[in-house]
Amino acid sequence: MVEDEGIQRYIAHAILWIGIAIVAFPVYLAFIASTQDNAVIANGQMSLLPGGHFLETYYQTIFVGTSGSTREPVGTMMFNSLVMSLLIAVGKIAISIISAYAIVYFRFPFRMTIFWLIFITLMLPVEVRIYPTYKIVADLHLLDSYAGLSLPLIASATATLLFRQFFMTVPDELLEASRIDGAGPFRFFWDTLLPLSRTNMAALFVILFILGWNQYLWPLLITTRDDMQTIQTGIRKMITTTDALTEWPIVMATAVLAMLPPVFVVVVMQKLFVRGLVETEK
Amino acid sequence: MGRPAASPPSPRIMQKQSIFQSRLLPYALVAPQLAVVLIFFYWPAAQAVIQSFLLQDAFGLSTTFVWFENYRDLLSQPDYFAAIVRTFAFSFAIAVSSLSLALLLAVMADKPLRGSTIYRTLLIWPYAVAPPVVGVLWIFMLHPSLGILARGLRNIGIDWNPLLNGDQAALLIVLAAAWKQISYNFLFFLAGLQSIPRSVLEAAAIDGARPMRRFWTVTFPLLSPTIFFLLVVNIVYAFFDTFGIIDTMTRGGPAKATETLVYKVYSDGLLGGNLGGSAAQSVILMAIVILLTAVQFRFVERKVTY
Repeated sequence: MVEDEGIQRYIAHAILWIGIAIVAFPVYLAFIASTQDNAVIANGQMSLLPGGHFLETYYQTIFVGTSGSTREPVGTMMFNSLVMSLLIAVGKIAISIISAYAIVYFRFPFRMTIFWLIFITLMLPVEVRIYPTYKIVADLHLLDSYAGLSLPLIASATATLLFRQFFMTVPDELLEASRIDGAGPFRFFWDTLLPLSRTNMAALFVILFILGWNQYLWPLLITTRDDMQTIQTGIRKMITTTDALTEWPIVMATAVLAMLPPVFVVVVMQKLFVRGLVETEK
Repeated sequence: MGRPAASPPSPRIMQKQSIFQSRLLPYALVAPQLAVVLIFFYWPAAQAVIQSFLLQDAFGLSTTFVWFENYRDLLSQPDYFAAIVRTFAFSFAIAVSSLSLALLLAVMADKPLRGSTIYRTLLIWPYAVAPPVVGVLWIFMLHPSLGILARGLRNIGIDWNPLLNGDQAALLIVLAAAWKQISYNFLFFLAGLQSIPRSVLEAAAIDGARPMRRFWTVTFPLLSPTIFFLLVVNIVYAFFDTFGIIDTMTRGGPAKATETLVYKVYSDGLLGGNLGGSAAQSVILMAIVILLTAVQFRFVERKVTY
């Protein structure tokens, strides 16, 4: 800024570190708890340093699951979450990029009607239509299936708008040029438009993957079989109402495992993440 | 989030000059998206609207058209009215606490500090933590019998038990929900701050304005579009994405002290029964989302700079 005051700088550093501590403390505690003994946690005597049960707890969490019930191992839940989030992310990108292509590069009757039909879905998040949607998915016999988990979440006005906006900025000359080369709509899409959209697709993928991985209400409603649970719905069922039976180290290990993939994506692909977030919110 | 936030299509750049000619291909290209939208969005939404006007008899054998009776019933229930008030109170508390902390952090991170990219990384990752996990993390810290922070509270003489005390449960939800939203708000505030031209701030400094004064008279007003945008996003978040937090921490309890509108749709639906009333609840939620989205489009469109 304008003045170069040393004290101000120290204050800024201090405030930022306090902020980081606030943000990180609950997660640190979860990790610590996942390495300690359940009995110690249950009587409230947990220490703030890692314990010696790391390997044991994570092995049991991933491959065995909680001992108190017949619940699935968390490895299965993670696999379900992964399949669901990939289906949602890839599906959304695929169906919206082709519909945006049609809307931008073709003229056809009801073009704008269709565009608005897609656009308005922004206003209908799954939470406001859960039971009617549940009924449809049940009627289609898609309960407890990957299709049921992902299809109702797959339509995305945001992605369609994003691609539409991007296509609008692609110079017309490119189309003229590939037409002179004898390219039809498929070749132009595949050879020219798709490579140009790569960064947009990647940024969108990062955001959609995180959103998909973190879905909760919908999987909670439509999965009844334990082996179809996602990690987000599984973790809630591990906290029993009778506190004494909750195996906290396993719950916390599951929390850590549930955070790992999306946090990893945010940290490692930070540029794409920020870009995706800002563009999808515009 | 990724929810109602895109800007509406602007008519200026609606048309491309250079296009393809084909009668059927464009329909084939929009077909998958259109199918999903019609089957999983419009059909259920229409069902909800229709059902909200119908009344089913006790045996589910016949239905009659009752106009707005379901809505009238719903709004005359003290429970439902309390849930409306509670949801707005939660939204307000979450938005204000999360926005102010995030703004403070963003202002600090906007200074030319060493390691500012590291600060940013360390502050944005909680965006990726799912609401139910947030719930688990916070209930663990503040669990009445084993939570580390709960122990501290008891040591200073506070009778902390969010599993029995409704106000404490509400506070817990607000804290956890605000915590998760800090990173999102921080990111957008930082972007907003970075788009403010340095020259404006320098001019204010030359005029003799102290840093605090500069912030309130120059930075804050220039940031107001971002603040407004984030306010709407945070309210939408508090309405819908807190479901996972509430469900893992309090399940709407104790004695419905943390039951929001979305939670109520869910838990009333689990009980089954009153289809019309449940549909009416969904329709009211839809109306709220449409209203919030409209507000966002009307006032935020293109005024926010990133």
